[in-house]
Amino acid sequence: NSWLLKSSPSILQSTRRQMCLGVLPDAVDRNSDASTRNSLLMQDLLSQLHSNINKVIAGGGEEAVKRNRSRKKLLPRERIERILDPGSSFLELSQLAGHELYEESLPSGGIITGIGPVHGKLCMFVANDPTVKGGTYFPITVKKHLRAQEIAAQCKLPCLYLVDSGGAFLPKQAEVFPDKENFGRIFYNQAIMSAQGIPQVALVLGSCTAGGAYIPAMADESVMVKGNGTIFLAGPPLVKAATGEEISAEDLGGASVHCKISGVSDYFAEDELHALHTGRSIIKNLYKAGGEELPGTWNYAIAEPKEPLYDVNELRYIAPVDHKQQFDIRSVIARIVDGSEFDEFKKLYGTTLVTGFAKIFGKPVGIIGNNGVLFNESALKGAHFIELCTQRSIPLVFLQNITGFMVGSRAEANGIAKAGAKMVMAVACAKVPKITVIIGGSFGAGNYAMCGRAYSPNFMFFWPNARISIMGGAQAAGVLAQVEKANKKRRGIQWTTEEEETFKAKVEQAYEEEGSPYYSTARLWDDGVIDPADTRKIIGLCVSASMNCAPEETKYGVFRM
Amino acid sequence: SSESSGAGKKPMIEKILVANRGEIACRIMRTAKKLGVRTVAVYSDADRDSLHVKFADEAVRIGPPPAKLSYLQANSIIEAARMTGAQAIHPGYGFLSENAEFAQKCEDEGLSFIGPPASAIRDMGDKSASKRIMGEAGVPLVPGYHGIDQDIDLMKSEAEKIGYPILIKPTHGGGGKGMRIVQNPDEFAEAFLGARREAAASFGVDTILLEKYIIRPRHIEVQIFGDKHGNVIYLYERDCSVQRRHQKIIEEAPAPNVSNDFRSQVGQAAVSAAKAVGYYSAGTVEFIVDTLSDQFYFMEMNTRLQVEHPVTEMVVGQDLVEWQIRVANGEPLPVTQSEVPLSGHAFEARIYAENVQKGFLPATGVLHHYRPVPESETVRVETGVEQGDAVSMHYDPMIAKLVVWGENRATALVKLKDCLSKFQVAGLPTNINFLLKLANHSAFENGQVETHFIEHHKDVLFADSSNMELAEEACKSATRSAMLAAACLCKMDINTAKGICQGERSPLSIWYSDPPFRVNYCAKRDIEFEWENDYGTTGTVPLKLVLTYQQNGSYLVEAGECGSPGMEVKVVQLGDKDFRVEAQGLSALITLAVYTKDKSKHIYIWNGLQYHHFRQKVGLESSGEDETEHRPERADMASHSPGSVTAPMAGLVVKVLKNNGEKVEAGQPVLVMEAMKMEHVVKAPSSGFIHGLQVASGQQVSDGSILFTVKEE
Repeated sequence: NSWLLKSSPSILQSTRRQMCLGVLPDAVDRNSDASTRNSLLMQDLLSQLHSNINKVIAGGGEEAVKRNRSRKKLLPRERIERILDPGSSFLELSQLAGHELYEESLPSGGIITGIGPVHGKLCMFVANDPTVKGGTYFPITVKKHLRAQEIAAQCKLPCLYLVDSGGAFLPKQAEVFPDKENFGRIFYNQAIMSAQGIPQVALVLGSCTAGGAYIPAMADESVMVKGNGTIFLAGPPLVKAATGEEISAEDLGGASVHCKISGVSDYFAEDELHALHTGRSIIKNLYKAGGEELPGTWNYAIAEPKEPLYDVNELRYIAPVDHKQQFDIRSVIARIVDGSEFDEFKKLYGTTLVTGFAKIFGKPVGIIGNNGVLFNESALKGAHFIELCTQRSIPLVFLQNITGFMVGSRAEANGIAKAGAKMVMAVACAKVPKITVIIGGSFGAGNYAMCGRAYSPNFMFFWPNARISIMGGAQAAGVLAQVEKANKKRRGIQWTTEEEETFKAKVEQAYEEEGSPYYSTARLWDDGVIDPADTRKIIGLCVSASMNCAPEETKYGVFRM
Repeated sequence: SSESSGAGKKPMIEKILVANRGEIACRIMRTAKKLGVRTVAVYSDADRDSLHVKFADEAVRIGPPPAKLSYLQANSIIEAARMTGAQAIHPGYGFLSENAEFAQKCEDEGLSFIGPPASAIRDMGDKSASKRIMGEAGVPLVPGYHGIDQDIDLMKSEAEKIGYPILIKPTHGGGGKGMRIVQNPDEFAEAFLGARREAAASFGVDTILLEKYIIRPRHIEVQIFGDKHGNVIYLYERDCSVQRRHQKIIEEAPAPNVSNDFRSQVGQAAVSAAKAVGYYSAGTVEFIVDTLSDQFYFMEMNTRLQVEHPVTEMVVGQDLVEWQIRVANGEPLPVTQSEVPLSGHAFEARIYAENVQKGFLPATGVLHHYRPVPESETVRVETGVEQGDAVSMHYDPMIAKLVVWGENRATALVKLKDCLSKFQVAGLPTNINFLLKLANHSAFENGQVETHFIEHHKDVLFADSSNMELAEEACKSATRSAMLAAACLCKMDINTAKGICQGERSPLSIWYSDPPFRVNYCAKRDIEFEWENDYGTTGTVPLKLVLTYQQNGSYLVEAGECGSPGMEVKVVQLGDKDFRVEAQGLSALITLAVYTKDKSKHIYIWNGLQYHHFRQKVGLESSGEDETEHRPERADMASHSPGSVTAPMAGLVVKVLKNNGEKVEAGQPVLVMEAMKMEHVVKAPSSGFIHGLQVASGQQVSDGSILFTVKEE
């Protein structure tokens, strides 16, 4: 005792840490061949990621950027920087949307979206990039815009639209205009969110033509920049063609017209900086008289955030690049949660699924991670744990690395489908914030039980080494080859081994390509590809954003018993 | 001297009214407090919340801001003394301090005037009379004309007799007001009339005297002290040669490069001068010393405590205000001549709100940041202002006096430079950088002071745009300062944001991490500064910086144009405005003052010996259409139509010499302005005809407003 009293606080602290039962051990062998190989492979994956990111950050090319600057306009990310609280963080979403999706390159899908604080209030930013195809809406642009609105609606985040767009990309109108989840849905969402009291603010910093004109028109408040900002249903060329009237863009739909005469816009800005500053002021003034702004019913105290005991950068070589390689998910959890403290639930039961309570940046979370294929027991344990978290309004974090549910006669006879359905039911109905990170494989029904895209997680991210598909490429090739062989046999055609191998290789290659995180993120099947080392930070930001609205009560459907 | 405690004498002074403001009022009150004497302040409406009012035991309002209606109102002040029961009035310097009528009135009202007898003030106040008395007492005089006949032609012929260059001086007043140097007979008339006008405005008496103008003079003055028992001693001399606009800016004691013989001769002469007018209390006898012949001549006697009295106090180790009070109480001087010590060396630097580049024109503004150096045994800061106070156009623009003492001149000078570089003022232009340049000049270091020092060394003291090397050097150090300032600003933002979200436990604290988080790239910030080059002729210089938040918490700052490589800066914020920065292997403490004015963020940075001022636009850039408000800062730039002339400072138009449509030659005076009791002639910038002249005599104009335009037709 006397020794303890004399020792320094740091010694005391480390002693306490070791004594704490919940602290995960440092189970990583840094010098193993596997670690070294992973580390090297991950380095390649990360440099590929960063080179992809650097390309999209440059916008629509030197020429377009120069033209943009000559009009005294900033790039969309620069605009966002100037509205955000100085020195604050920004959670950008789906940076690689549109990546190798069309014949022409479409950096970031032509639109920047993300979450950041303005005057201490989290906002959703949606900013057109005028240097990319004039800021026009391609199908993926629409999808990204709608996804941002979906998150905003889910988290009740005020929306800031930084408008600078030529409207729909006409050659692709069939994929942009008519369907439910197309262009028109943007304004529908604005109306619905406005009705729910989620503020809709538009800053018109460039053109805002045709359908685009409805973004500021549908907004609660809008700002226009003198000179650059224009709003009209039809631009000067179309007006001339239709009515013969010759008029300049500024006189037709400039800031003066709309702020002084038409009333389409509310705030007149002298220049872009003024407009951005006005945008900040509008957010500053968002509050409801007499009402608590944040519901504040997440009634647990936020603890002092603690860094994990182990280096988060080590996540870069913990996750195997070769998915057959087994590893302990706890070494990932140990580098994500506060103080590497993890109180495991049902540790000895259904051990291929790891569940437990932890804190991330002081906020409680329930973590569900895969440690192998899902058995009956693991699925039941998962469903049980989800029920615990929904009952207590604890956000769920899914760390997905799953090849699927166990197959075979024994599993089927045990009712694996029934057990799986329980977990899928629990995941689907859980109304707590859900954040999914795919750190390895995401295959088959495992993707559903572990809260894949179809289960509407609030946020979902990929590590660069991850893969996603209905099953593994090899398995799919095997299944398809067997079906094809049977077909051929019925028709009396002989299939050479060589032909079969070519067939299989083709299937495998397609799976390889379509299972890539870039294929996924380009199509917005997720919210972005991230550096494993940023996982803790990003989950923390997502949890914080998800807690911007009041917790909801969960109601389950009929569990098949 | 045993009569002092006789019966029927006035009782001891227990309460003093200080008939002044600013630093000297505070200075007097400090000694009074030390002696247990209660204090009464008087104030004009402009000074309601100023330091001297807060410092006093009681305070009495005496009128509106103009001094004529407040601090020069003898009756109000005497009434204030009566109301508060003060037995004595200390006039400080300036205002009523050398007003014989006021001194007399005090005595008539039974109040003790802490200063010399009214008769001595009267004798010495009239420069012509004082010279006559001095001549009779055997004190050496400069050749000149001190006649009553003020006829301009007669004066001009007298000037020829003495020989040019000639000095024209009002017979009353001091401080260089109304003085003119005339090089040749052609300039005589204009200078003479100007001096007379200024004299009339400042002192109410417009008589003028002429003197031989000494080409390379030194200004040496002797502090004397007398008691009511006929004792007069001298407390050595001060050198006050370094002047601008005929006003002192650096004074020192004792005078450098002076022999002990000279010291005692000039001291004896000063004592003779004082005795000749029956002087008691503190006084200063000013001499002009011809450095070519080492001859000294009597100039004038200042019958008051002077601004620069602290340098004498520092070398003799005495409190002159205490002596004044004791003498007013009838006590004899505490020491005899042989007992006056002379120890070490002291400097005083006067810190003014002024525009050095615009010919030391007085400046006004708010002290958004004010951090004088800390005081010690050897460093004194005499100030009457606090952070947040305004320097108004109504009074003298002096912000503070910095007084330092050292064992010898060299050590005192080291201290002076150090203190100047650490004396922080932001919000208005000051002469601090200029004082530093002066103190660093080799001629000054060698004590080669003379009254034309600034004029003679102006090439070095004022930045010259033709000196590319210096300009480049200045740009480099400004860029480095800007980089450090940018890093500190970013650190400040993060710390401010942390404060907004109320600490680590706030649900949003994660959004304000250091460095700020970005997905898959480093956060960057573009920072655009405008360097306000106070001492260059280049005006404002744009500096574009890009700051990258590094993963390790430091900032990589790159300057776009000046071509310097990126610099990694690590910042720790120590206090509101204080930072420790580490860059290029150097760790240093820096101070940053930031305030917003006129849609710009002003950033001042003190970094070792470097001090810079940057501006950063916020929100709205000014542009023509909806902008009708007056913008004084921009007025002096090329934004007006060519030929238009703007007011160089806020002030009063005292005389309009031309009418609209009248033809003028380039350089011809068009009107005369007065601010801070100083006259400024506004001249035609080119030849042509006057247009749009709308101001009239007696009108107040603001800094930068258009006065008139000169057009060719």
